Amino acid sequence: MKIVVRIKLVPDTAAKVVVEDGQVTWGDAPLVINPWDEFAVEAALQLTEQHGGEVIALSVGEESSREALKHALAMGCNEAILVSDYVIDPDTQRTAKVLAAAVEKIGDVDLVIFGKQSIDGDNAVTGTQTARNLGWPSLTLVSAVPALDVDAKTIRIERAVEEGRQVVDGVLPAVLSIVKDYGEPRYPSFIGIRKASKAEIPVWSLEDLGIELPNVVVSWSEIMNPPQREVTNEIVQGDSVEETAAALADKLFAEKVL
Amino acid sequence: MANKIWVCIDQFKGEALVTSWEAVGTGRKLADEVGAGLTALVFGEGVENIANTAIHYGADEVLLADDPTLADFRPEPYAALLAKLAEDGSPDVILFPTTTRGRELAGMASVDLNTGVLPDVIELDVQGDKVTAIRPVYAGKLLARTECSSKPQLVTLRVRAFGMPELNESRTGTVTKVDALMAEDEIVTKVVEYATVGAGVSLTDASIIVSGGRGTSNRPQLIPPDEITDEKEQEIWRAQQGFKLIGELASLLGAAVGASRAAVDANYIPYSAQVGQTGKVVAPDLYIACGISGAIQHQAGMRTSKVIVAINKDPDAPIFKLARYGVVGDLHDIVPALTEALEDRLSY
Repeated sequence: MKIVVRIKLVPDTAAKVVVEDGQVTWGDAPLVINPWDEFAVEAALQLTEQHGGEVIALSVGEESSREALKHALAMGCNEAILVSDYVIDPDTQRTAKVLAAAVEKIGDVDLVIFGKQSIDGDNAVTGTQTARNLGWPSLTLVSAVPALDVDAKTIRIERAVEEGRQVVDGVLPAVLSIVKDYGEPRYPSFIGIRKASKAEIPVWSLEDLGIELPNVVVSWSEIMNPPQREVTNEIVQGDSVEETAAALADKLFAEKVL
Repeated sequence: MANKIWVCIDQFKGEALVTSWEAVGTGRKLADEVGAGLTALVFGEGVENIANTAIHYGADEVLLADDPTLADFRPEPYAALLAKLAEDGSPDVILFPTTTRGRELAGMASVDLNTGVLPDVIELDVQGDKVTAIRPVYAGKLLARTECSSKPQLVTLRVRAFGMPELNESRTGTVTKVDALMAEDEIVTKVVEYATVGAGVSLTDASIIVSGGRGTSNRPQLIPPDEITDEKEQEIWRAQQGFKLIGELASLLGAAVGASRAAVDANYIPYSAQVGQTGKVVAPDLYIACGISGAIQHQAGMRTSKVIVAINKDPDAPIFKLARYGVVGDLHDIVPALTEALEDRLSY
């Protein structure tokens, strides 16, 4: 079985992301593998441990994306590929076209696995768009894969939707997105880190993929800091727990939020 | 009057989600501003009543596809049908609620229609046939003004970010039946079963959320039963006592129960309850944070809540800076007292 995992480099979740002079900045906070993608890698590794096969980490973006790919390799992915002459922009459909072309070039892929979303763009549609570009089913928010038959090309997944857990049968090849319930991502092993540091990561261009740069359709015309919340902090305190609670209850009634 | 603004209604088991009406109301406003008509798309099985309600909430026309293949949402048959209808009707804008189904449908249809998606927007303006949207990015740490240069412009609306329209049962409109596009044997995915979780209120829909963090287990005087000897298990048992109190308050208020990542990672409560950057992003009217310090990742998931209450032992916890009302104290004392105080006030 051949599994491709899409990897993205993003500012760390603890980063204080702000706009300065119209530019997004996160100070000296590190760029890391998108936390959701670690769950995708974990799912891919578990699936190949159970069913055999290899995992290829695929990133589209600037040279710096290598760092995220190295993390995926250190976790246990077999190979990594970088498409570097395309800079990720807010147009997910464009990214999806590049990803789909890369998956086609890799060839004989059974599953493409995404994290639930990337924590910078927060779009959560690139996986589905990639699936549609490939003409494959899109199975999103997967929390478990209870059955997979590579030869028969069938898959059963459980997914987390608003109303609860849903079980869906599909066919391979398919595109999945993975949620946290799948399982804690493993830490890179010492050997894995050493292997990743020496790994050669092939770089593909759009020309290698045989596609032209897709047109930009979706754009951000402005990026802003959110309006400062005008919050008056008030500490509620009574002489006893009961009095404090009663005072707080009265204030909540006055706010008309109950 | 051309019907150039469309809205896709999200339904589950034949019931429209309330947020679908928020989308209809938003579509109505846009349509009125530019002098267009509003078409609602209702796909499902046994969903004719939804079509009428969509008209009562503001649609001029409903395209209704009532078919067994559309009973459960699956992106492939829904997107194929939507794309076909949109190619025929050429709307300028198609709105969706930002539910899992809405996002998937918009994503898939955007490829079929060779256009783009503006997902999870919180504000929407229209000028002529062009919309401009504002959406939170970087988990709400920033806002982006975004637009789509091709048509139709697909936009998903954040749940609870747009108000509910008035229901007017005397409004009239037309319902046009359309056929599903794909036969069952052409659809490669099958929904096998659903297991709905508890009777709890869903986090993203909730107008009140009571959340617990690490502090739920921080109650040394609670003595676990003798059979629990493992230290970690004892900690989880203490946390469960804390979450029981949180659950009681939530149940009194018809609220959903949330949690911080720390509480989820410590196995106090399942991940589905996690609020924050790698959990759910919520914006209820009232958010009560109990024993949550308020890490930046947690704030990213709840900072736009209307009124925030923080209950924490540590007076220096960052959550207090965000909170309209703070109580410095142990949630194990404060939460049950608050439940009692609210019970007294809600009972008359």
